[in-house]
Amino acid sequence: MATVYVPTPLRRLTGGQAKVEVTGEDIGTVIQAIDAQYPGVADRLLDDDGNIKRFINVFVNDAEIRGLQGMHTPVKANDKVSIVPAMAGGREATE
Amino acid sequence: MNTINRDQLLERARREVPEISPQEVKAQLDSNLPVTLVDVREREEFIQGHVPGAIFIPRGYLELQIEQYQPDRNAPVVVYCAGGVRSLLAARNLKEMGYTNVRSMIGGFNGWKNAGLKFTVPRVLTEDQRLRYSRHTLLKEVGEAGQIKLLEAKVLLIGAGGLGSPAAMYLAAAGVGTLGIVDFDVVDVSNLQRQLLHGNKDVGRPKVESAADRIRDINPDVKVTPHNTPLTSDNALEIIRQYDIVLNGSDNFPTRYLVNDACHMLGKPLVDGSIFMFEGQATVYLPDSPEHGIVGGPCYRCLYPEPPAPGEVPSCAEAGVLGVLPGIVGSIQAIEAIKLILGIGEPLVGKLLLIDTLDMSFRTLKVQRDPNCPLCGEHPTVTELIDYDQFCGFPAREHAATGELVVA
Repeated sequence: MATVYVPTPLRRLTGGQAKVEVTGEDIGTVIQAIDAQYPGVADRLLDDDGNIKRFINVFVNDAEIRGLQGMHTPVKANDKVSIVPAMAGGREATE
Repeated sequence: MNTINRDQLLERARREVPEISPQEVKAQLDSNLPVTLVDVREREEFIQGHVPGAIFIPRGYLELQIEQYQPDRNAPVVVYCAGGVRSLLAARNLKEMGYTNVRSMIGGFNGWKNAGLKFTVPRVLTEDQRLRYSRHTLLKEVGEAGQIKLLEAKVLLIGAGGLGSPAAMYLAAAGVGTLGIVDFDVVDVSNLQRQLLHGNKDVGRPKVESAADRIRDINPDVKVTPHNTPLTSDNALEIIRQYDIVLNGSDNFPTRYLVNDACHMLGKPLVDGSIFMFEGQATVYLPDSPEHGIVGGPCYRCLYPEPPAPGEVPSCAEAGVLGVLPGIVGSIQAIEAIKLILGIGEPLVGKLLLIDTLDMSFRTLKVQRDPNCPLCGEHPTVTELIDYDQFCGFPAREHAATGELVVA
């Protein structure tokens, strides 16, 4: 099982949990596995082509997956997967 | 016990300590020989002028402090005073500590000046400043020279809100000499839960005004430059150009991309921080600076090539933010700015610090430069500031609102 760190904006979908344990052989299957447990997560992470949205970074341990093998980056048991979206704090810029 | 008089003592010191002429010292310094040059006069003498590159250790502290600067007992050390007498005695003490290659400069600083060689008049702390910053100057990594660097530094704060408040107050207390603040918001009562620059009496005032008052109260050494204006593509370069380092406390994506691009174009280090509910992020975007031998790291666009669509990420105004959280992240930003000014430690370049205050975890992830980055990559396409509202998917707005800055 790998540990996936869930960023605050997605915790509404994980019942408030900051960490979830899932099994998957790469990032693609790990995301499928989370989505199976917590429907809607994949939608928030992936664009129409099934790639990670450009304002989100996914790390396996301390390395970002775009510099590895993207969605095919292998995930081993005990790996830590971090989902890190851009945050701007404050208010909507449209206000 | 045998007694000897002053002349006999000096006679003995001269026999034991080899001497070196100012011209020879100059030649060694010019050819970058690794000689440690120590000025052992009193502070009042040193601040009137000293040999460039000399370390100042008054004779009374010489044995206690020399190892901080030169622990190697075989390294060449030259000691000088005003006329070449006290340095003979000082050098003798160093020999006693095991320094094998110590010499005394003939004629001391007067000899140096009389030989027509250049000297430096140092900028020094005033008596008041020596007291105020004593806890800094005690740190070897800061010292008086480091404190003077802080006093001469100019830092721009983007926003006087949640992140800008602790950053501004700590930088002011630390003696960062010039603090610019860009913000055009006024203090609202809902800001006071986290924005410590402002108080009850400031509600309704421009934030730059209450911020300036607070900073002056903390430290009158600090010059505050308020920029009571939205940061836009039209004024960003002109404002940021006046500073050495930028600290980002803005709360919206258009401003974040604007500040990133402008800092990269001007070669200014950007200390970034952001917060959401119970989580924070901090990192440093350092542009390359070949003339200073600095190889930079990734920029905001390397990390986040595109912003989320409007509404895709909830804001703090919708979701809330723990009031103490910006206190942590803004303080980390202040530390990073100070490290950059002093040139100490390892700044968060190429590293993204993630803070989750609920489990109180601090994790550091590696971030890399994107060779395809449109700003800092191999074939840049963003070479001037753009319309950041449009880039972030917001409808084009009236001129004054472009890149509007509303603060966390």
